[in-house]
Amino acid sequence: MTEVAPGDAPNPEAEPGIFGYVIGLVLSSGLTAVSFYITRGSLFWPPSIPTALIVLAIAQMGVHLVFFLHMTSGPDSTNNVLALAFGILIVFLIIAGSLWIMANLNHNMLPTDQIMKMQR
Amino acid sequence: MSASVIATHRGSESKRVVAGYGFWIFLLSDIVMFSCFFASYAVLVHATAGGPDARQLFDLDRVTIETACLLASSFTCGLAFIASGRHSAMLFQASMAATLALGATFLALEGAEFHSMLQGHAGPTRSAFLSAFFALVGCHGIHVLIGLLWLMTMMAQVYAKGFRNDVLRRVLCFTLFWHALDIIWVALFTVVYLIGVAP
Amino acid sequence: MPPVDLFWGKLTWSAIPIHSPFPMFASAGVAAVIIAVLAWTAFKGHFPYLWREWITSVDHKRVGVMYVVLALVMLLRGFIDAAMMRAQQAMALNGPGYLPPEHYDQVFSSHGTIMIFFVAMPFVIGLMNFVVPLQIGARDVAFPTLNSVSFWLTATGALLVNISLFVGEFARTGWIPYPPLSELGYSPGVGVDYYLWSLQISGIGSLLTGVNFVTTILKGRAPGMDLMRMPMFCWTALASNLLIVAAFPVLTATLAMLLLDRYLGFHFFTNEAGGNVMMFMNLIWAWGHPEVYILILPAFGIFSEVIATFSSKGLFGYRSMVAATMGICVLAFSVWLHHFFTMGAGANVNAVFGILSTVIAVPTGVKVFNWLFTIYGGRLRYNVSILWSIGFMVTFVIGGMTGVLLALPPVDFLLHNSLFLIAHFHNVIIGGVVFGLFAGYTYWFPKAFGFRLHEGLGRAAFWFWTVGFYVAFMPLYVLGFLGMTRRMQHYDVAAWQPWLIAAAAGAVLIAIGTGFLVAQLVYSIRHRDALSDPSGDPWNGRTLEWSTASPPPQYNFAVLPEVSALDDYWVQKQRASNNRSADSVPSYSAIEVPRNSATGIICAFFATLMGFALIWHIWWLAVLGVAGALVTFVVFAWRDQVEDEIPAQELARLDGLDRAARPRASDQSFVS
Repeated sequence: MTEVAPGDAPNPEAEPGIFGYVIGLVLSSGLTAVSFYITRGSLFWPPSIPTALIVLAIAQMGVHLVFFLHMTSGPDSTNNVLALAFGILIVFLIIAGSLWIMANLNHNMLPTDQIMKMQR
Repeated sequence: MSASVIATHRGSESKRVVAGYGFWIFLLSDIVMFSCFFASYAVLVHATAGGPDARQLFDLDRVTIETACLLASSFTCGLAFIASGRHSAMLFQASMAATLALGATFLALEGAEFHSMLQGHAGPTRSAFLSAFFALVGCHGIHVLIGLLWLMTMMAQVYAKGFRNDVLRRVLCFTLFWHALDIIWVALFTVVYLIGVAP
Repeated sequence: MPPVDLFWGKLTWSAIPIHSPFPMFASAGVAAVIIAVLAWTAFKGHFPYLWREWITSVDHKRVGVMYVVLALVMLLRGFIDAAMMRAQQAMALNGPGYLPPEHYDQVFSSHGTIMIFFVAMPFVIGLMNFVVPLQIGARDVAFPTLNSVSFWLTATGALLVNISLFVGEFARTGWIPYPPLSELGYSPGVGVDYYLWSLQISGIGSLLTGVNFVTTILKGRAPGMDLMRMPMFCWTALASNLLIVAAFPVLTATLAMLLLDRYLGFHFFTNEAGGNVMMFMNLIWAWGHPEVYILILPAFGIFSEVIATFSSKGLFGYRSMVAATMGICVLAFSVWLHHFFTMGAGANVNAVFGILSTVIAVPTGVKVFNWLFTIYGGRLRYNVSILWSIGFMVTFVIGGMTGVLLALPPVDFLLHNSLFLIAHFHNVIIGGVVFGLFAGYTYWFPKAFGFRLHEGLGRAAFWFWTVGFYVAFMPLYVLGFLGMTRRMQHYDVAAWQPWLIAAAAGAVLIAIGTGFLVAQLVYSIRHRDALSDPSGDPWNGRTLEWSTASPPPQYNFAVLPEVSALDDYWVQKQRASNNRSADSVPSYSAIEVPRNSATGIICAFFATLMGFALIWHIWWLAVLGVAGALVTFVVFAWRDQVEDEIPAQELARLDGLDRAARPRASDQSFVS
């Protein structure tokens, strides 16, 4: 089982084609344009906008990973994908965990400037 | 002695794979670090302490240009990578120079944004929200600056040493770094600027 | 506020604590020892040897030994801090004791900081450095020069903490600097800055180690060494380094936010302008909990190796051990709130994290049973390493059980930050990490140096340490139940004093145990010929490192092993003893060894300058330090000659000498 360095095309002996990069550029630009448009236009129901933006961002990150970084699901890049998955898991735990914990703490506890006022 | 050759481990990998994988792991650690700044930003985004908030401060036109610059620079970086694979020095130096120009434009725009905020009494010392903003966006900006220094070093190395194997490994790591910075920017402009300004 | 001098920053002569006897005597003592060592080295002409063979070495074996030396030296400093605290608490009933509060606070802060960051981490990393490449059949780690840089940056951190003893002061906030106490308003001095820069610099070293070892283990194994044929120590090293890669960035980010608050007036954790103090606790413990698993997992790996070897039996339940290890690795990131149950997150959050904290004890229980089942049915040979292992199994289980107790939020509300907590974490860190490190130190010492450590002195050290530990820390559990809070400089509850005096007596026993460890080392060096290990396999080991000479050659293996099974070396020995044909001489091909590099120590030099300058606000020097480190990096990257080649004939000659000197695996005798 050969292994491919992350960032290398799946078949490093052959040239990484420029076509992949062009597709990546086009898709990313499109997703970016849609994101900016959603924010500015009034076509969308406001409470749904953050969720839509996050979905578009995740999609665009996927485009970068596939077209610019050549992440594939082939057996040669299993180690690379596993490492990425581990990283994503940690990022998720930190962000989701922190948001949940801090929301609860902020709800239950006085903000510090109010505590300071109490002390004076 | 070689009982099941097909299923067992072949032995240690080539230097290119080792270097690329090691740098990939480092990048993931860097992304974890960014996630802490993102988490802090998300927690502190409403702690404006009576000062200006996102909607008052962010200029989406400038952010659009910054995003276009960085995305284009990812493309030109890809061209540089192809050039390094072909051992084409001209294409490599040209693409890297284009990447440098686009990255520098990005930094200049960001610097202008920071400057105008500082002038308008909306600096990091004003409120926790602004501290988190400057730290998060600034951290990304510092990474871009380091990337540009690295970029110039790679241009010099290719010029001085040609497409030697160790130089090629570093070019691979540089492209990983540069693309990762654009991925982080996607998260950044979404979470900070777009969600911040959204109705 | 006095105007800041552009050249000297905040540094003035008053930074030297001439009015405080303790730091002055300590500094004088340390200076005397350093000068004596340097003078002796110069007089004997050892500097070229030191520079060539150790300081600029990128050999994982040398780097590993240096890490352990750093750890052992810092153990003495951290232990003196502990002794000072025990003495103070034993006498400070209704009185001030001998240690004023502003010093007592620095002593407990430096005790924790040094023990975690500059004793436990370097010791663990040092052992992983020495052993892992040998066990996976590799010639070195994936990035040897980076390895040297990691060590020297860690040494820089240790140096900065020790400099704070005689120039300035150390933090008074405890080993985790909670805001708002650690913010500029309440800690205006340089103490917290010493802490922050020291840890940021050594943190980079640790992160690079994590990257290095994950890559080495996943990409550098010998042919035939599938992951499921890897020794258990390498699995735990993999899990530990994955945790380093995942957790240390969190530490870097959080300390960076505190630095931004202190240096640039940011408001992450301040009391005013919307800062959120609780965010610090949340983030720092998201690092802090994985950190303790970073420390304990390799210790578990050491026990797996030692117990299997001295039971003359393969590790029981290898697959479940691997699953338990990786399970702990993932769960380590899901329990961090249990460090601040009392901070007010509410019942739902506390319940979830409380349950997860009890769940994480389960895989550890699986491991303990597997070790017990390994011993059962084997023929246990008693020696110092096994004594440490058995001591661990009893002590760590007690500590773990008190941990499960603390994992219940209602119980934690009573016991949080009491001495019960202190007793718990010392119980698991000493009983788990320290005992494991001592077992590993004894086990692998002959491999590193070619002679064993004296057995009798080692047993004395073990007994004094173990009994001393129980005498020192069991009273602390009682004190926790009696309501004593941690970090008290004085108290007025008479009922507490007898227990504190008992704890101080325990500290004296541990001191004697440490004395025996020092004596053991000195004696063993003096009598190294009598204790020598000519075969390379003094314990009848099971894993690949025992197939090499003691100490191994720089390149580890003349020919990379072809691994065919778990515990491959043991399998080879069985085959050889059954089939007494002559060993065939392998075919050699030229190999490359990485060249020495001064990058590590030069980077560390500039990092020290930068750290010291930032602490004292000497901005021009800080810029110089950063620039120097960057230039060093680029100069290193510009090298043309990265490796030396050992030609095949030379390799054949060296390996031929080794094969002639060491008895073959099939007919060696071993020491029990």
